[in-house]
Amino acid sequence: MIRKTIACILLGLPLLASAAGGGGHIQHVNADISNEAAVQRGAKYYVNYCLGCHSAQYVRYNRLALDLELTEDQLVENLMFTGERPHDTMENAIPSTDSANWFGRTPPDLSLTARARGDDWVYSFLKSFYVDPTKPTGVNNLVLEGASMPHVLWELQGIQKAVYRTDLDAEGHPHEVFDHFELVQPGAMTPEQFDVMVQDLTTFLTYISEPVQLKRQSLGIKVILFLVVLFLFAFLYKKELWKDVH
Amino acid sequence: MSSSQHEVGQMAGRREGGFNQWLNKRFPLDSLLRDHITEYYASKNLNWWSVFGSLAMVVLVIQIVTGIFLTMSYKPSAAEAFASVEYIMRDVNWGWLIRYMHSTGASMFFIVVYLHMFRSIIYGSYKSPRELIWIFGMFIYLALAAEAFFGYLLPWGQMSYWGAQVIVSLFGAIPVVGESLVEWIRGDYFISDITLNRFFALHVIALPLVLVGLVVVHIMALHEVGSNNPDGVEIKEKKGPDGVPLDGVAFHPYHTAKDLVAFVAFAIVFSAVVFFAPEMGGYFLEHANFEAADPLKTPEHIAPVWYFTPFYAILRAVPDKLGGVILMGSAMILLFFLPWLDRSPVKSIRYRGWMFKTAVALFVLSFFVLGFLGTQPATGLYTSMARVFTVVYFAFFLLMPIYTKLDKTKPVPERVVYHD
Repeated sequence: MIRKTIACILLGLPLLASAAGGGGHIQHVNADISNEAAVQRGAKYYVNYCLGCHSAQYVRYNRLALDLELTEDQLVENLMFTGERPHDTMENAIPSTDSANWFGRTPPDLSLTARARGDDWVYSFLKSFYVDPTKPTGVNNLVLEGASMPHVLWELQGIQKAVYRTDLDAEGHPHEVFDHFELVQPGAMTPEQFDVMVQDLTTFLTYISEPVQLKRQSLGIKVILFLVVLFLFAFLYKKELWKDVH
Repeated sequence: MSSSQHEVGQMAGRREGGFNQWLNKRFPLDSLLRDHITEYYASKNLNWWSVFGSLAMVVLVIQIVTGIFLTMSYKPSAAEAFASVEYIMRDVNWGWLIRYMHSTGASMFFIVVYLHMFRSIIYGSYKSPRELIWIFGMFIYLALAAEAFFGYLLPWGQMSYWGAQVIVSLFGAIPVVGESLVEWIRGDYFISDITLNRFFALHVIALPLVLVGLVVVHIMALHEVGSNNPDGVEIKEKKGPDGVPLDGVAFHPYHTAKDLVAFVAFAIVFSAVVFFAPEMGGYFLEHANFEAADPLKTPEHIAPVWYFTPFYAILRAVPDKLGGVILMGSAMILLFFLPWLDRSPVKSIRYRGWMFKTAVALFVLSFFVLGFLGTQPATGLYTSMARVFTVVYFAFFLLMPIYTKLDKTKPVPERVVYHD
């Protein structure tokens, strides 16, 4: 509670800064990294759906096990499939030169994406693939127009198309704007299930972008409580000392 | 009170023939402590505005100590720099804490120094006989700005890279030698591994040496003249029979006790940032800097860190590049001339009239507005605002000889005003 209050006060000050960036189609997500089960599920999704192409080169498997409270057996059984050792970092299975040839761009490392772009961006990006026959991958992305990434999660989400409506711009000219997505082919998951899945994945990416986050906050409370007590003593000492100054 | 102060000062006398005497015959430890600590008298009416000097020293120590530990794991090479910072954040024991203390310390340094400078402005601490203290202080500020600029390249993120690119290219606006000068600074045709290496050298050794040297000179000059106070009264002009200023109290233990309170309060704020908001919403650590430097990909919006944004806004307010660079440089250089621009017979804002008070208020406002504008893209309305407030910023200095002379002042008391 205290930690949330302090964080709110500090984060409230520079609210102006967050106004920049986005692109208009960003949805809010609650990526709560203290929800360990969500981070664990996100880790599983990451190794199954993302790690083939996207490394997380600053993340070590054994650090994951430590932070997510997994035993080494659980770690090896659930998250390590290609003969890595626990102290290895999360490298992608497909050589980057191959994927660069196939998709036109090396798939970026995702260790810090949630920190650079924000969790809302990651969440919205993963949910915003839509059918676009003009693209080589058959899909486009509303958040990142012209993305070279195929819709990896299509089996789960299904296939959606973008529905546009006609609006008038400032000068009164009609133009098309995005209205909503429409599911044209359902996937293995219901939309609600898919939202939770993407939220878990986002939560995992948020966690790996700064693994120490929970630890620093819990340590921070202790440090500040100590300093508040010290402040009291320092203040009383100063007051006592200055009593004889006239 | 003065007798008890004297005892504190003599405490180091101790017994005959002991180690202390042996030492003091060879090194002036006792007299140094007396001159600068136990028998350095500062006015008893100093208020909380006067703690920022000590706090700046504290931050300098924090930056040096955390900096030493960072260099133990940091790799100053274009291929490894970004990864080595993440290595510090994830794999080095307490590396994250050291790094956040250093990154928070950088911003806090500027907050503390800006407040310290503001204190000088409102109490006229730059005026005679303290002109040199002010000038040394301004050199500290310039060295600090250079130190921060060089340091910002080291994490080798997108903003590190493109920020350095923008700032270094400013030198290209200088006629004739500009382009060669830019090449000479970078050591290459673009910001590269070579640039990173030399910025590292400047950041970890050259400028810290300059900074520490300047701080010593700044304090020596201060202790020669004596500290100013919120009334702007020279306490040395009224001394008791023991030669101690009547309104002075010893730096230690009195002012150190007060500085200790300020230090703990500062530590609370500092910790709140380090532990709960190390990015400070993108102001202390910019989001785009969590992406490794890519010389082929220019970010859509390049903004310097907040402490440079007022000057960046002034730079962009001028349509001509060279003109912008000159104006930005003048915005900093003009501060050096404050002691001579100010023609008021009194020092403190307490005894000045409405003109000076209004001017200071407008100056602070322009600094904040320009600071905000510097973080934003330069669109039509914002550019016009930047122009207006650039004029306000410069008017504070250029009109100062006039309004400080016209301003009605109140009589300054003989002794400082003190309520216990």
